[in-house]
Amino acid sequence: MSDRKTLQTEMISAHPGPVPGAGVQRDLEVCKLVDTTTCIGCKACEVACVEWNDMPFSATTFDNTHQTMPETRWNFWNLIKFNEHQREDGTIQWLMRKDQCMHCADPGCLRACPADGAIVKYSNGIVDFNQENCIGCEYCVSGCPFNIPKFNPATKKVYKCTLCSDRVGQGLEPACIKACPTGCLKFGTKEDMKFVAETRAKQLRDHFGFEKAGVYDPQSVGGTHVIYVLHDATQPELYGNLPRNPQIPWSYTIWKWLAKPVLGTFALFGLLGVCLHYVTIGPRRPQPEPPKKEGSDGNRG
Amino acid sequence: MATAVERFDEKARQTFERFGKTEVYVGELPRHPVYTRFLHWMVALFFFLALFSGFGIYLPWLFRWFTPIFGGGPLSRAMHPWFGLFFCLFFGLQVLNWLGPMRWTKADSHWIRNLKTQVMGTEKLDPPDTGFFNGGQKLQFWEIVIGCVIYLITGIILWAGAPTFGRLTVAVSYVLHDISALIMLGGIFIHIYLSTFGEPGTFQAMTRGAVSEAWAWTFHPAWYKEVTGRDPRQAYEEARRQMLAKRT
Repeated sequence: MSDRKTLQTEMISAHPGPVPGAGVQRDLEVCKLVDTTTCIGCKACEVACVEWNDMPFSATTFDNTHQTMPETRWNFWNLIKFNEHQREDGTIQWLMRKDQCMHCADPGCLRACPADGAIVKYSNGIVDFNQENCIGCEYCVSGCPFNIPKFNPATKKVYKCTLCSDRVGQGLEPACIKACPTGCLKFGTKEDMKFVAETRAKQLRDHFGFEKAGVYDPQSVGGTHVIYVLHDATQPELYGNLPRNPQIPWSYTIWKWLAKPVLGTFALFGLLGVCLHYVTIGPRRPQPEPPKKEGSDGNRG
Repeated sequence: MATAVERFDEKARQTFERFGKTEVYVGELPRHPVYTRFLHWMVALFFFLALFSGFGIYLPWLFRWFTPIFGGGPLSRAMHPWFGLFFCLFFGLQVLNWLGPMRWTKADSHWIRNLKTQVMGTEKLDPPDTGFFNGGQKLQFWEIVIGCVIYLITGIILWAGAPTFGRLTVAVSYVLHDISALIMLGGIFIHIYLSTFGEPGTFQAMTRGAVSEAWAWTFHPAWYKEVTGRDPRQAYEEARRQMLAKRT
């Protein structure tokens, strides 16, 4: 994606009119589509993720379900969440949802992060962590509405799904997509995936009796670059605490763009203030001081 | 009122007095005992460790040059809570030590009202009712007490993190933690300035533990009267006459 755009001219000096070729290439945003209605819970995507990202073994936790572990870990970015849901008519529905980073258009982790260059969002929509700049403060953990960034106590840095930015940059699909045997995982442009998802949701509503079927693409974080087709889009909480209305704490905006620079400047003014006091008004000495020379105190009140 | 806390405090003071010493020369008054000085410098040490490791977390793009002191950004972040904890611990002991002399009185309100004449240097002597600590010192002391309480509460929330206390609690705690730090940072500039360049003769109170009598009657006249029994204004006038007589 990005390599094809590197030599495209954006500005030309002393050139009247628009740049030749501007706007002819579409700026594509990528998207992963997870169709929970066709997921069979085989966990091939979990294995593919661990394999491709070369992650060390992570011991599983058995809690009487088919779920590999309670939640994602710093070395386990892709987890199928299994949830049994009893419907009003008494029948059981088995809900499986692939949990991973949602790659929000307005990422809470990036908003919260104080470290220069530790979190980046590419123009194709992928949100990526650069661990070499990470200071392990874990602000991102509180910024994320999906409980995704995970701290590694050994390296003291935070890790999460990269949407296989290394593969996508080479024109390949993410590893989980490649491994999916049912085709419930799809990868393409955001526009195309939204179309496929809406088509599938309509199909579920019209022909399969899932009247509340719909697409999960929460607008409270500007939409996400991982979208779900859900049997019941009105109750995303059923799918392992998928938030209905994900929010980024308001305090980060006020703090990072207003209070930090303003109050920081005030603190520096304090330093400037005492220096100025010393050179203009001067120190207060224990009294009595020796009398001043004639005329040396001329302009003091 | 021999509570366990006071007994501990008294015992610590006596123990430190046995190991350290405060030399007082002629024309000087003892001001801070060894225990007080020890606590002050431990508080100062951990304050600056916490401050410098905190800078790297606060604005890494501006202050990342502080982080190599602690072995890099992640280690600064890992050690910061420990520095803070020891800062609060030693300051807590100082609070016990100073609870009595730091009680707010009418003289302190009077001192604060007179602040302008002191800042502008128009009045050379402090108000005659200024005691062992003046209103400004007490104000800063209580600011740090409140700051430490905020640090401890928000700091523990941040240490345990979002999984324990919830995202919004943590996010708000960051703001309060940082505001408290900025207020304290502003205060520390004034504290260091006044104790060194701003009011010469003050620094030795926290190093050797003794100050000159002139310093005492100038900045803390009521305390001077309390320990010497002499009138500070008279002592000052006398010293001034002697100085003028010597010059002519």
